[in-house]
Amino acid sequence: MNLTFASITEIADAVKSKKVSAKEVAEHFQNRIESLDGRLNSFSSKNSHAVHEAEALDARIARGEDVGPMAGVPFGIKEMFCTKGLPTTAGSKILENFVPPYDSTVVARLKKAGIVVMGKLNQDEFAMGSSNETSFHGVVRNPWNLDCVPGGSSGGSAAAQAARLVVGTLGTDTGGSIRQPASFCGIVGVKPTYGRVSRYGIIAYASSLDQAGPMVSSVKDAALTMEVISGFDNHDSTTTQRSVPSWSRHLKTDVKGMKIGLMKEYMTGGLHPDVQKTVENSIETLKKMGADIVEVSVPMTEVAVPVYYLVAASEASSNLARYDGVKYGYRADFKNLSAIDLEEFYSKTRGQGFGKEVKRRIMLGTYCLSSGYYDAYYNKAGQVRRLIMNQYLEAFKKCDVILSAVTAAPAFKIGERISDPLTMYLNDIFTTSTNLAGLPGMSVPFGMSQEGLPIGVQLTAGHFEEQKMLDVAYALESASPVKGKNPHVV
Amino acid sequence: MSYRGFEAVIGIEIHVQLSTATKMFCADSTEFNAGDNENTSPVSVGMPGTLPVLNKKAIEYSIKTGLALGCDIRRKSVFARKNYFYPDLPKGYQISQYDQPLCENGTISFKVDGAEKTVSITRAHMEEDAGKSNHHGEYTLINYNRSGIPLLEVVSGPDLRSPAEAAEYARTIRQIVRYLDVCDGNLEEGSMRCDCNVSVRKVGAVQFGTKVEIKNINSFRFVEKAIEYEIERQIDAVERGEKIIQETRLWDPDKNRTFSMRTKEDAQDYRYFPDPDLLPVIVTDSMIEQYRKELPELPIARAKRFQNEHALPEYDAQVLTMEKALADFYEETAKESKNFKASSNWIMTELLRELNQANKEIKDSPIKPLQLGRMIALIDKGAISGKIAKTVFQEMWQSGKDPEAVIKEKGLVQISDPAAIEKIIDEVLAANVQNVEDHKTGKKKNLFGFFVGAVMKASKGQANPELVNKILQEKLK
Repeated sequence: MNLTFASITEIADAVKSKKVSAKEVAEHFQNRIESLDGRLNSFSSKNSHAVHEAEALDARIARGEDVGPMAGVPFGIKEMFCTKGLPTTAGSKILENFVPPYDSTVVARLKKAGIVVMGKLNQDEFAMGSSNETSFHGVVRNPWNLDCVPGGSSGGSAAAQAARLVVGTLGTDTGGSIRQPASFCGIVGVKPTYGRVSRYGIIAYASSLDQAGPMVSSVKDAALTMEVISGFDNHDSTTTQRSVPSWSRHLKTDVKGMKIGLMKEYMTGGLHPDVQKTVENSIETLKKMGADIVEVSVPMTEVAVPVYYLVAASEASSNLARYDGVKYGYRADFKNLSAIDLEEFYSKTRGQGFGKEVKRRIMLGTYCLSSGYYDAYYNKAGQVRRLIMNQYLEAFKKCDVILSAVTAAPAFKIGERISDPLTMYLNDIFTTSTNLAGLPGMSVPFGMSQEGLPIGVQLTAGHFEEQKMLDVAYALESASPVKGKNPHVV
Repeated sequence: MSYRGFEAVIGIEIHVQLSTATKMFCADSTEFNAGDNENTSPVSVGMPGTLPVLNKKAIEYSIKTGLALGCDIRRKSVFARKNYFYPDLPKGYQISQYDQPLCENGTISFKVDGAEKTVSITRAHMEEDAGKSNHHGEYTLINYNRSGIPLLEVVSGPDLRSPAEAAEYARTIRQIVRYLDVCDGNLEEGSMRCDCNVSVRKVGAVQFGTKVEIKNINSFRFVEKAIEYEIERQIDAVERGEKIIQETRLWDPDKNRTFSMRTKEDAQDYRYFPDPDLLPVIVTDSMIEQYRKELPELPIARAKRFQNEHALPEYDAQVLTMEKALADFYEETAKESKNFKASSNWIMTELLRELNQANKEIKDSPIKPLQLGRMIALIDKGAISGKIAKTVFQEMWQSGKDPEAVIKEKGLVQISDPAAIEKIIDEVLAANVQNVEDHKTGKKKNLFGFFVGAVMKASKGQANPELVNKILQEKLK
């Protein structure tokens, strides 16, 4: 069995039927991480107990216990997720020494399903970034081209998955942080409907936008992982009570009669020619498969990026207030603590603990929420947000799934945009409106640039209509021109 | 009330700690006597990624309080984040309610010096408590046990005009929340905390003066004293031609004065915004109906009923309704004794005196209402005299025994058999031949009382005094 390219189900079935032990699987991927990650820097810390945990799983299997649908599947977990006993830093110095005494609900559910956590994956600091260059743990490199960024903020997850250092990874998506790096690294990334997946134990960036999802190698693996992590959680009031569909079992490549919407606002040109070509190819493919292509319009999406940055920064400014050096995490070095006042304590600790981009967003958000500005910014952004959602709901009366580019261009060079925040923010032009409207969205690989960088296609569906989106992705995957292609490092 | 031609304008914010078993947004215990930081969890110390989940009981208690204060209950209220930095505020924000509080526009009435006073309740909103900083000179320790404890902040209108009114208002709020059993009202443990807004203006002036907030006063006596001090301080300042500065002051009970904590220039911008981690609180009509049905009879209504239906004097009715437990005790006693006024008298004089001396609460009384009620009924039946009853009561207080048992054990039952009394009288008269002679001849006056006393003494107080009187009069004719 070729463990490196095996799917989640293949590994779990092999482990459960004792064709291979969980220990062997863990060791195989541990070796891959050891030998390859030096070049990628996708892991910020490794779980030194991974092999032991795999052995414990083998012992349970030997005793005849049901160890779950993901038995022995090695996973990498983005740093945003709290993992009991493993460092959880959010890519920030301010949490450099933080080891949570609890698991996020999502991780707890995956563990219950049998995964083995191999380590924590690098990311932009507090998920604020589109290139994985703002991390305290350093830049992550794109396995397809080590000079390029893997995207962000879940850059470590995308890189580790593309390089097959693990069988599955988790990411979080606030404005595109799953879909954009998935596109840049040629993997499948899904952001579920807001409320589908519990946020408990996931470090909050922008609470009304954050959603966790799988970043894996196939649509089926994504569907399987979603089934494990989704569903009501009594620790998160914003999770839905809806039951979790068996997406993976219902997956089908038959898209005959499905209505694929093309958003007028996203079809105005300005795309990198290779991205343009990839999108056109995907449309042609779906047409050939019998899908109907319809034009839809969400005019307000034009202001999605500014609205997103107002909402996200405002919420972040409040969410990140708890990192103050009092209870846990980084505290600035004070020679004589009793001689300094509180303000100095906070400003030094937070000034040294947070990186530049995080500070920029905290300041922006603090300003937006300030007395006299709230109505003009946060409140207004909330109103526009509702309009965006309403326009989407109208659009989904005409189509099942909306197809678009994920980003205007493939992965860019490390360092190219980091000093130009506005250009960097425009990376999110096609992804943020999905979060603002609370919709499910995903990226599925469908093309390759001239330079050999992967290009994904974005699919968006109505609230809780993940199945439709996954089906279209499944169909595209089955006909993908880049199927089976892997980065050189692999 | 006028002070040197000035009038005081006072509003009070009372933080009522709701007596839920667990905190407002997590399952931590709210037990007061826990060790430092024992009642904490990742949620209440603001660990990364943790989320609040609303305690339904806290909503129920808040709605009930709102209803008892005559408030409108919002069908949709919203939790907001109040952002500020302080070490005992673990998340860097407090979850509170801002522009859409749960309860609004209520009123309560109470009596101050015999006059009825009505005060408007502007709003009552829910919020979580912060932890407690303990400063030790060189360093500070923080106890997060309080962090996340549910509070209802009851805000009065600027309707109070004197320190006495303010204190009585606070007492009335305490009485109501204790009746509702939503707060233990324990000021020493911080279950109720008062912030007072005080300003002064010339009598007849329409505009309010600049207000000063006095924070965290932990007794009603201090509410009165702090406001008294503050009124005098402000009038002095105005008379000297100074401007009152809008500021927050603290009450120093040792020095009997208020002192400045911070001025408005330092006032924080709390950057309120709706908490995205919590859904709006939706209150349905049926919830309100249900809670309204569950409301107990409130003190003022109950006192009126005691006056009207039990024919108790106003004073009795007020004393007995101070505490729900006391009013319940009285009603149970009265129901058993079928004698309202006697029940009231025994409770207000004997029982409350004993409780005070023993520093006990009514719920800890060794004498239970049914026992006291039966004892009173025994007096009315003539089984024991009122005098003997005091002995019986003492014995019941000491032992917790039933009145019948005490009477039997101590042989205190009243002698109402005329023959038995006659026998005792004959013995007494036989032992006092000279006095009988003197009485009959009128040599000595006022000897009748002496004979009654002697007979009662001989009967160890058990002889029915009326019968003793009657038989003696016949014998001494």
